[in-house]
Amino acid sequence: MLTLAILVPLLGAFALLFLPNASEQTTRRIAIGVAAVPLVLLLIVWARFDTGAGAAAFQQVATVPWIPSLGVAWRVGIDGIALAISAMSAVLFLAAIAWPAETKQRARAYYAWFLFLEAVSLGVFMALDLLLFYVFFDLSLVGMYFLIGRWGHDDAPRAALKFFVYTFAGSLAILLAILGLSLGSGSLTFDMRELIARQPLAGMDVRSALVLLGFVFGFGIKTPLFPLHTWLPPAHVNAPGPVSAILAGVLLKMGVYGLIRIPFSMMSATFARYALPLGILAVISILWGSLVALGQQDLKRRIAYTSVNHMGYAVLGVAAAGAVAGSDAGRLLALTGAVVEMVAHGLITGALFLITAVFWQRAREYDMDAYGGLAQVAPRLTAAATVAAFASLGLPGLAGFVAEFQIFAGTFASYPWLAAIGLLGILITAALFLQMLQRLFFGAMPARWADFADLRVRELVPLGALLLLVVAIGVYPHELLAVIDSATATLVRSR
Amino acid sequence: MPLGDVLPEIAVLVTAVIGLLLASFAPMRRQWLGAPLALIGLALAGVLCAMQWSGQPRLTFSGTWALDGASIAARLIILAATAIAVLLAPEWFRHERRHGEYYSMLLLSALGAMAMAGAADTLQLVMGVLLSSVTGYTLAAWHRDWALSVEAGMKYFLIGAFANTLLMLGVALLFGLLGRTGYQDMAVALTHAAASPLLLLALALVVIGVAFELGAVPVHTWLPDVAEGAPAPAAAFLTVVPKIGAALALARLLHVFPTDAIGWRPLLAAIAVATMTLGNLAALWQTDLRRLLGWSSVSQAGYALMAVTVIGASGQAMPALLFFLAGYAAANLTAFAVVVQLRGRTELADYSGLAHHRPLLAAGLTLSLLSLVGIPPLAGFVGKLTLFLATIDAGYAWLAVVAILNTVVSLFYYLRAIAPIYFHERKAAPQLLGNWAGSGVIAGVVAVLVLGLLAQALLGHWEPMALPW
Repeated sequence: MLTLAILVPLLGAFALLFLPNASEQTTRRIAIGVAAVPLVLLLIVWARFDTGAGAAAFQQVATVPWIPSLGVAWRVGIDGIALAISAMSAVLFLAAIAWPAETKQRARAYYAWFLFLEAVSLGVFMALDLLLFYVFFDLSLVGMYFLIGRWGHDDAPRAALKFFVYTFAGSLAILLAILGLSLGSGSLTFDMRELIARQPLAGMDVRSALVLLGFVFGFGIKTPLFPLHTWLPPAHVNAPGPVSAILAGVLLKMGVYGLIRIPFSMMSATFARYALPLGILAVISILWGSLVALGQQDLKRRIAYTSVNHMGYAVLGVAAAGAVAGSDAGRLLALTGAVVEMVAHGLITGALFLITAVFWQRAREYDMDAYGGLAQVAPRLTAAATVAAFASLGLPGLAGFVAEFQIFAGTFASYPWLAAIGLLGILITAALFLQMLQRLFFGAMPARWADFADLRVRELVPLGALLLLVVAIGVYPHELLAVIDSATATLVRSR
Repeated sequence: MPLGDVLPEIAVLVTAVIGLLLASFAPMRRQWLGAPLALIGLALAGVLCAMQWSGQPRLTFSGTWALDGASIAARLIILAATAIAVLLAPEWFRHERRHGEYYSMLLLSALGAMAMAGAADTLQLVMGVLLSSVTGYTLAAWHRDWALSVEAGMKYFLIGAFANTLLMLGVALLFGLLGRTGYQDMAVALTHAAASPLLLLALALVVIGVAFELGAVPVHTWLPDVAEGAPAPAAAFLTVVPKIGAALALARLLHVFPTDAIGWRPLLAAIAVATMTLGNLAALWQTDLRRLLGWSSVSQAGYALMAVTVIGASGQAMPALLFFLAGYAAANLTAFAVVVQLRGRTELADYSGLAHHRPLLAAGLTLSLLSLVGIPPLAGFVGKLTLFLATIDAGYAWLAVVAILNTVVSLFYYLRAIAPIYFHERKAAPQLLGNWAGSGVIAGVVAVLVLGLLAQALLGHWEPMALPW
């Protein structure tokens, strides 16, 4: 089932490339059809997912040997965390592919790369083999590189290059750490379940610290964690809207997901020892991201920096959950909150970046000062942007609140001071989003925007679907929390 | 004399001689027949070589020639790489009056590399290195009327003459100190011999002499010139095949020396670091694809030396070295095959927009460059992965860290080559060379993909890879 969810978009991508002369419309429809398959498969998996006590941690496991001499195999499987994030990714990919994009007369290549990226991104979240994880992790960079470089605007090739080189440095650090971890586990294996059970390198001070450093560095670049975030703004600004949505919504998640899946689970003792520095870095990211975002004139840059801020919340939750201090209940809250934050941020920021695409496609302008009063001509756009912005700043009743409430509640149990400082970030975020809404949609409208077109149906459907989910999670988070809790409870209990 | 033990070499030699006769008598429009002839000879040699594997590593010809998994695997890689290089030639040299001789020269050069790969005696090693370099000079300077080609051959020759002298000096010193030339006897003699500065000097001289063929620092400077100036099919061959033989020869020789008496591992690690770093830094701002590939092949030699550094310290070192070389050969030959198929265009700017007119060629070049970076699941990834595993396993984790930093740097210049292909526009479609070169591209791409995806097929066979002493 999971293998199919990875292979269908992958084969779809190759099939699209060899499709002779299909029109842009046909290509897009085929791509939407292919992208819907993983979502349907994941919904089936979700329906069958056993959240009971005593259920296996990883379900729907499939194994096919690949390089037995090195202990590498195609191992896929899913727990509650992976399920929540891959389902969110599948939704976001479907929305981004359905978004009417400017494909520069290269529709086949555009949708093929998108499907390729979907396949490997889902692979990252479903892999149960460290090397397979790394393979997908690296391939996601390749897909993103071509999407930004080819379909971006302005200085896109340079931004794509910076993105690739920067994050590739991170992924090689991860590779080195993976090898260090596996070689330290007795017999060579890359099976995640095996390594979680073995907890390799426990009690080896220097080596385990270095391996942890490799992981934190690598995933920190991807997350991105201050001070490793500098690749993010140019990549976002020059990428087309749907690609930005995927970059923020799916690729950034790989950083935090990797932190939870590998060092948090496989070397919990070492992780606990260094949880506090990680938490401090997270708080710096929260404050730095929100303050720098507040200073941006450029709409897309502003949203890009809020990603640094929001991913800071998620990392703070992970650090608090890994801490020695605090109670089990607090740790559970923090970890679950971090995962919900990933889901919420994916949907919300995905929606926000799709909204920026509206601005670019209509006006080729990201400078917020150029706009104003758009509420008069584009009420639907205003409504969508308002919901997304309020969700992002953590308004109760929307998905962001569920996540941030749990993270801070949990962190107060282990690191009350960090939580208190981190709360400042929420205040600044609220200010920056309100100011953004005001500058774009209210006040006097420059005359040249008189014929600014409102959201069309094709734009409204993907955007509306994302925002509907944001509201649904905010109002009735139980379904999501049950699935996530089944995994986080196991993780926290086994520490 | 157990002639059967050198049947593959005899097959290559006989094919070269027949090719020479053919070239002397065939008219110009039939000179291309040398290519299928060479392919048949290489295939025959490959079959004979594969049949040599008896499951037991052994020495033959009075201990001068090693028949073990490593030598058989390396010679098979050399034969396959030479076959791809042969595919690139017929159309490139179409207007050469007697280009049939080219194939004989290619086969003799491959023979030299094979001799290096199996050498278990210092004199045998010298023979292999000399055969490989003498034929190499000719191949590099094949376009006699073209200044760049002659310059490449000249530079290759000058540095080669220097390095070969050092090699022979070192071999003579080793013989004087140990009284033996066979590795097996040397290994015995070394167990009693006290470490002396002279012995270290002798070893260093031999290492530098062989490093010339590998294209490693400090005798690497010919590589970028040859890559740029030699005829593109010859450049494809010369940047790949001699390296394979030389890397094996180094590994074999160093395996003889006990590390407690002579600390050669730090020396090798230093050469590896210098080679990969220098190659990468020099490649960064090249505007010529062939020169860029030349510098990149210097840096790849540095990665290969990582495995040589830990030979004997990790059981994974020899399979890692072989797999890395196979992956490197596939990727580098593919890149050059694309250059050949595009009639030797070499300015990076000339590749702008290639993807829009020749999507498959562009994909081939991109795959080969990404494989050189080590992007999964291509051949280069598995190669580098096994290298890293072996070095970390042997306690040289810092070397792996240096290699990883270098890999990040290398991504930058490989992307400088890839980006214009996809991100820029171009008016006219480039002209292609022909079907022979096209099949060379296909063969290379298939190798890059298969070696990565089906790595187990090779690695599974290479598990027991003991050397016969």
